[in-house]
Amino acid sequence: MKEFGGKVLFLDRSDINTDEIIPAKYLTEISKEALKSHMLEDLKLDGFNPHAPSVREAKVVVTRANFGCGSSREHAPWVFEVNDINVVIASSFARIFRQNMFNCGMLAIELTEDMIDELFEHKGSDATVHIDFVNNRLTIESPKGKKTVDYMISQFDRALVEAGGWVEFADSKY
Amino acid sequence: MAMTLAEKVFGSHLRDEPFPGTKVLGIDVVMCHEITTPIAINDLVARGKDRVFTPEKIKVVIDHVTPAKDTKTAQQGKIMRDWARRHNIKDFFDIGRNGVCHAIFPEKGFIRPGYTVIMGDSHTCTHGAFGAFAAGVGTTDLEVGILKGVCAFREPKTIRINIQGELPECVYAKDVILRVIKEMTVNGATDCVIEFHGDTVKKMSMESRMTLCKMAIEAGGTSGVCMPDEVTADYLWPFISSEYRDKKEALKEFRKWWSDEGSEYVKVIDIDVSGMEPQVTYGFKPDQVKNISEMEGTPVDQVYIGSCTNGRIEDMRVAAAYLKGRKIAPSVRGIVSPATPKVFRDADEEGIIRIFMDAGFCVTNPTCGACLGMSNGVLAPGEVCASTTNRNFNGRMGRGGMVHLMSPAMAAVTAIEGKISDPRKFSTEGIS
Repeated sequence: MKEFGGKVLFLDRSDINTDEIIPAKYLTEISKEALKSHMLEDLKLDGFNPHAPSVREAKVVVTRANFGCGSSREHAPWVFEVNDINVVIASSFARIFRQNMFNCGMLAIELTEDMIDELFEHKGSDATVHIDFVNNRLTIESPKGKKTVDYMISQFDRALVEAGGWVEFADSKY
Repeated sequence: MAMTLAEKVFGSHLRDEPFPGTKVLGIDVVMCHEITTPIAINDLVARGKDRVFTPEKIKVVIDHVTPAKDTKTAQQGKIMRDWARRHNIKDFFDIGRNGVCHAIFPEKGFIRPGYTVIMGDSHTCTHGAFGAFAAGVGTTDLEVGILKGVCAFREPKTIRINIQGELPECVYAKDVILRVIKEMTVNGATDCVIEFHGDTVKKMSMESRMTLCKMAIEAGGTSGVCMPDEVTADYLWPFISSEYRDKKEALKEFRKWWSDEGSEYVKVIDIDVSGMEPQVTYGFKPDQVKNISEMEGTPVDQVYIGSCTNGRIEDMRVAAAYLKGRKIAPSVRGIVSPATPKVFRDADEEGIIRIFMDAGFCVTNPTCGACLGMSNGVLAPGEVCASTTNRNFNGRMGRGGMVHLMSPAMAAVTAIEGKISDPRKFSTEGIS
């Protein structure tokens, strides 16, 4: 299983699409590592600098609705993976992106908009998310305080994370 | 119990239900292109599992960057070529015979009502126009599809859209789907199949139905679906005539896939298209849609006609009807990419290629091309493109560029004027 949790990158916008996460011009790469320096390069978000240390140090993304919409490119989860971001927390995901995350053994956690608002209260401070995978629970901590919330993932998604991804799961079963 | 088309397809293809709500389906067609497949192939090789479940069910095309533009894209092509050869995959469309995946695969007759189809491409939902369940997936799903012929989905939920009314002049399937997306928003159909019903849809050609279903993903939908009928049977007849006694028998079989009366829908939306204006997007999301009257006069630098959304012969004919005998504005770069070699050839034989060239368009080979800014027709920062494609995302056709999505008719008149224009104000010469 992958490592989950760490410093948080807040992306305060809905409908962030996979072209913004990794632009199409890098889809000519045939290794995941080659994507590494292009994460979120075309993200349209005021004040966002994809090369800022806070982006490079992040291990968890917290964002809004319909994250990962658009293209089916798995390069989007991969560019997070090669940057050691294995968790994205959002109020909702586009289907293909969400499935791609779990298929790679990564975590796409959906919380209510109210809960996401509460996580965003930690924005601007040095926030960290701890994931308790066994108990489906996450804790956010920053100088502004500490908050623990329960999350839900499907049994299938959990099994994919435990197996290390869909190839491993399917190979043992089908 | 009454079932939707998706529920019937799921029922007939169910291989396993490892957990409640998770359906592992057998897949009838696994489609592959050179952008999302090479990493799957390399991973299978690295795992010592370089196998394919059934070579006949795998369809392969090089379409996103073709001819190769550099060493990296040449390598992607080579990986596909070598893989298809070593696994004896016959349906491999390489340069000279290649076209945009979602245009060429239906044209070859690979899709049937009731099929399950996956591809590492979000616009795979196009093929639901034939009454199939067709879904875009990522590379890992594709990899398992190639190896095992299965793919996992959540239990399907369905949204029903009833489209009624006579399409006004200069209003096409593209305008209808933009209007639908505006209504549904970009995530209004997440995890849902969208069924398109109603008289307006019944009267549409397969090409138009593909344009409708194609953009289901822009509302977050898993697949767009039309009920397979006479239009479907006519389109498929050259490929299925040996499988049925006559079209009547084929239709009877097709009919079995139709959603039953009394099926459960998560949402039903009624749309009346009579009196609708041509539609065009603004902003960076495909649900940001306006009537042409609100957008007229916006200057553009480039006009692009093509893609899996509007690069078919019907689209070429519509655009050419406006362009015949006219010139595009000197300030505009016009690019047209017929979506397949057949579309190109037919357009050539009908004199359409000549019309485009006389008007001042650059005619490219069939390719995904400018749609996603990967190979040709990339925008410079600050430039604006009027496009018949499917996504107006920030940077989609080049960093800092702006894309306005529209029908081929609007794109053609916009090219003539150099600014977004209303096709209703132009006469068409008409092409016999």
